[in-house]
Amino acid sequence: MNILVQTKKRISRFLSVFFRKKRARIGIYGPPNAGKTTLANRIARDWTGEDVGLVSEVPHETRRAQRKADISITGSNGSNITIDIVDTPGVTTKIDYRDFLEYGMDKESAVVRAREATEGVAEAMHWLREDIDGVMYMLDSTEDPFLQVNIMMIGIIESRKLPVIIVANKIDLPDAAPQRIRSAFPQHPVVPVSCLEGKNIEELYEKMVEYFG
Amino acid sequence: MQGVQIDLISSEKLETLTSMEKVHLILDHVRQGTIIILEKGLSPDEQSTLIEMTMREILPDGFNGIEIETYPSKEQSPGFLQRLLGKSPSESRLTVIGPANQLRLIRKEKDMLSAWVSTR
Repeated sequence: MNILVQTKKRISRFLSVFFRKKRARIGIYGPPNAGKTTLANRIARDWTGEDVGLVSEVPHETRRAQRKADISITGSNGSNITIDIVDTPGVTTKIDYRDFLEYGMDKESAVVRAREATEGVAEAMHWLREDIDGVMYMLDSTEDPFLQVNIMMIGIIESRKLPVIIVANKIDLPDAAPQRIRSAFPQHPVVPVSCLEGKNIEELYEKMVEYFG
Repeated sequence: MQGVQIDLISSEKLETLTSMEKVHLILDHVRQGTIIILEKGLSPDEQSTLIEMTMREILPDGFNGIEIETYPSKEQSPGFLQRLLGKSPSESRLTVIGPANQLRLIRKEKDMLSAWVSTR
């Protein structure tokens, strides 16, 4: 564990003694391959030094919701939150095993992956209805944000009156256009980040403390 | 004659159905290759149930999910008065649902949805 992580952990623990400790279960939602697990790993690594799950370029790598408990995040003003991060499978309305064959999988593995992915999406929807206190909705800044599944998911989250931060990921890529995401969802805070490079991640932590505290 | 069946369901009919009945009605038709057009869209809870139930129906070399499209809501965000009164944004409008392997959206604008439908 590097010195920075150790220092962050010490400061978080120290501050949590003096500030009211808050606990919320925050779900990371979004379409497949938006970078949800990369974000979960980034947060967990920055504040605990550990990872949450594996990442892959093949869609639906995360097929079970994965929870990392007791992550203490401290804002620049000293405010502190303690949260559980729930990394969820990418939400979609369709899954075809043949899409996985393009990544070099044999048919049997692709069928198994597709079946597990369908179970994962159903599980993610169940978590949203029952066990989530706030949402980080993850979008790929290089993709069209107006996809129906995004509109539906944001509507579902709003109907449950959950606080939501929209994370516009992959701003390190040349085609990234986070302003399109801002114009698609003007009613919610949008934080452009690169989870891979860590760009602008501190602003996301500030927003998390502000919205989920 | 080869073709695609399209069912238009009125808001009056939808109002007589429970949420689960609506979801079952949609999936029963769509799994058989029918395109469904709902005069009035589904509530967020119904959309959530529809996604979950769709996932449970997917089979290899069979039904592989749905394509669903609706006009953008008239109000993207609740106004000051709505927020003050705790009202949610208006319900979604006319909605098109079909099998993912037969229905493709071509263009989506504020007042127009353009889709392409193929036979199986």
